[in-house]
Amino acid sequence: MNQKWTFHAILILMALIGIGTAVVRHLSAGTPFLPGQEKSVWLVEARVDFDVTGGPISASLSLPDAQPPGFDLFDEQAASPGYGFTVLGEGSNRRAEWTKREAEGEQSLYYSAQLVESDSHGVSPAGAVFPSREYNNYWENAQELAAKEVLDLAREKSSTPLSLTRELIKLLNNPSSQNAGLLRSDTLSQAELLIHFLSRADIPARYAMGLYLEDARRRQILTPMVEIYTEQEWLLVNPKTGDVGVPSNLLLWHRGGVSVLDVSGGENSRVHFSMIRQTVPAAQLAQITKSDSIFSRLGVQRLPIEEQSMFKLLLLLPLGAAVVVFMRVIIGLKTSGTFMPVLIALAFLQTSLVEGLISFVLIVAAGLALRGYLSRLNLLLVSRIAALIVLVIFMISAFSIIGYQLGYSAGMAITFFPMIIIAWTIERMSILWEEDGPSEVLTQGGGSLLVAVIAYLLMQMPLFVHLTFNFPELNLVLLASILAMGQYTGYKLSELWRFRAMDDL
Amino acid sequence: MSKRWVSIRRLQEFGMLGMNCRNVDFINRYNRRKDFPLVDNKLKTKLLAQEYAVPTPGLKFVVREQHEISHIEQQLTDIASFALKPAKGSGGKGILVVTGRQGDQFVRSSGALLDIADIRRHMSNILAGLYSLAGSADVVIIEDLIAFDDCFRGYSHEGVPDIRIIVFRGYPVMAMLRLATAASDGKANLHQGAVGVGLALDSGRCLQAAQFGRPIKLHPDTGCPLSDIRISGWREILLLASQCYDMTRLGYIGTDIVLDKFAGPQLLELNARPGLAIQITNGRGLLPRLRHIEHMSLNRRFRAEQRVDYAMQQFAEDGSAALSPMQDK
Repeated sequence: MNQKWTFHAILILMALIGIGTAVVRHLSAGTPFLPGQEKSVWLVEARVDFDVTGGPISASLSLPDAQPPGFDLFDEQAASPGYGFTVLGEGSNRRAEWTKREAEGEQSLYYSAQLVESDSHGVSPAGAVFPSREYNNYWENAQELAAKEVLDLAREKSSTPLSLTRELIKLLNNPSSQNAGLLRSDTLSQAELLIHFLSRADIPARYAMGLYLEDARRRQILTPMVEIYTEQEWLLVNPKTGDVGVPSNLLLWHRGGVSVLDVSGGENSRVHFSMIRQTVPAAQLAQITKSDSIFSRLGVQRLPIEEQSMFKLLLLLPLGAAVVVFMRVIIGLKTSGTFMPVLIALAFLQTSLVEGLISFVLIVAAGLALRGYLSRLNLLLVSRIAALIVLVIFMISAFSIIGYQLGYSAGMAITFFPMIIIAWTIERMSILWEEDGPSEVLTQGGGSLLVAVIAYLLMQMPLFVHLTFNFPELNLVLLASILAMGQYTGYKLSELWRFRAMDDL
Repeated sequence: MSKRWVSIRRLQEFGMLGMNCRNVDFINRYNRRKDFPLVDNKLKTKLLAQEYAVPTPGLKFVVREQHEISHIEQQLTDIASFALKPAKGSGGKGILVVTGRQGDQFVRSSGALLDIADIRRHMSNILAGLYSLAGSADVVIIEDLIAFDDCFRGYSHEGVPDIRIIVFRGYPVMAMLRLATAASDGKANLHQGAVGVGLALDSGRCLQAAQFGRPIKLHPDTGCPLSDIRISGWREILLLASQCYDMTRLGYIGTDIVLDKFAGPQLLELNARPGLAIQITNGRGLLPRLRHIEHMSLNRRFRAEQRVDYAMQQFAEDGSAALSPMQDK
């Protein structure tokens, strides 16, 4: 009895510590409890990697404007131990420069910027710099002819520089056009090709690099874009689609200028980006970056953004686990595999509910059919499961390709499911089918999906995403509730049904 | 069937043991983790039983490695009938009962014919861990087939009827007879559709019976009235069950006992997580009996005989209570 009391006291203490810490954090750092009261802030981190070849090192990375279209640059930092760091230039020519006398091996340099979404159109000061014409000897004879024809065709159908650009893109995108086919090559991107055309047509054009912002993405690269100068301003054109203007989720990282990344003293240099969307009030943003309070130091926000994106998912897992415990202990739902539902729910987070459900059911059903054949082959268990994994991957590829051809990008979503777990699920279900019949398969499969859906619905709620990420200590409350449920000795809801015969005896 | 759910209050009146309560208050508290393998592994149980002179079906041989399967034929030549089991199987999964031969083929208890290739595949699956609890590697046990007692004639479909007795700290607390049916495919597991017949602890006679959690009166396949059942040699069976506590030191176990026509009661297997359906077949909850034993000052010198006598007396059903156990206290 005494032991039980201590246990409960510890649980309550744990929950109180969790809530208390959250309240103190709220008061001292100003992080609000509700996600609605906030401004969304993008944390974008560029990571430059290169291998040192020897000699003094200098790396220079193009940076976004202080006010790129649609955003305000709030703050920027560089984290690169042992390197000298300066930001050079102004406006669209801003560059970050890292320097070091000597280093060895692989180097990683980080630059991170915090950008607040804004309505500003961020029109860059009309760059009077016109691009030099260096197109002259670019194309071979046959290509020269083709280019001329394409340009003439586009000129015929257009009236302004903008409409000419659009027509050019349309012609270049036309898969059946021989001229376009001749001009397209592996070494030349569509953006470069377009610039060549535009400079032939005497339309001032320049290169730009944009970054599509999507929450919790890692290892993203820049997308090449084209800007044309018309009516006293630079207009952004997507060289693939011909869309004009800056999409709201596109951050213009690099405009005009020389190159995105220059490294001297190193080779094999590359840059990639991680980003995360935070919902922090702008007032607090200043505190996070400047204050050295214990909370801002112990917050997950202090980690590199690449890790933060992972933590955003990881910190949601306790919620899913608590749902599983609740459904199994209190409700008494049968699931196949204890925490398989949480993994499915995580996959749903990456896809979306309906797409995820459909693709999951499709794969498992197709897998069950294939497994029926495998069971006749008299295979050892390990190789049977291994074969199943291979088949599952084939099926996923097939579904993705078919889906893509039919115009559903949802097909691709399937790749987020954990293959090994799916293979094991199929194996278990198949055995269950043989031994206990299809009804048991439906019970357990349905139970798993139900738990997964409930876990998903909770895990995708902005409130919980916000709370678990900004107040990681609240997971102590979840832990306490999980431990409490671990000691629950009352009846499960399902037992009220199971033992219903007791009333009739 | 007027009501579809039963209230928590009613369940408490009956003293029904729920899954959570069983796991936390009894299995976790009275079964030591390190003793679990003794019951989870049928081979270990069997060897232990032989040590303690508890009768079990004779062990023919054991297959431990995949390569032994290729020359399994010689080992099976002299054996007409046998039961083939995974040592770590649970819930009756993976058990193959061969009752005889027909030429080169093996006859299953269901009448189906099997090739040696089928047997090999089955063994291979068992060794790979298909039926074991955590999918870990397993061994195959081949043991004597039970020649089941005539007293169950007409009460079973194919499978061997077995007697499940819950033993708590060495005291038998509840018993039932499990009869295979066509619905359960010859298996004696209640959730698969076997009939459970609650047995009075003092006499071994039928209290009531249930299938799929509903009360029934007749065996669904043979039509024999279940209320006529009375197990002979009841005390001997309880003794066997009680001895399993001395053997494993597990406080809360389910013992599965079969009656062999020639050799008498045999311990088939033990279960460290016995199911709860036994309460439905008995029409009463386990909790009052378990709490009674729990709060009793245990006499450690009590041997199995004394424990059985105590339980038979303490948990005796007087005629009226047996018929209507739900009368108010």
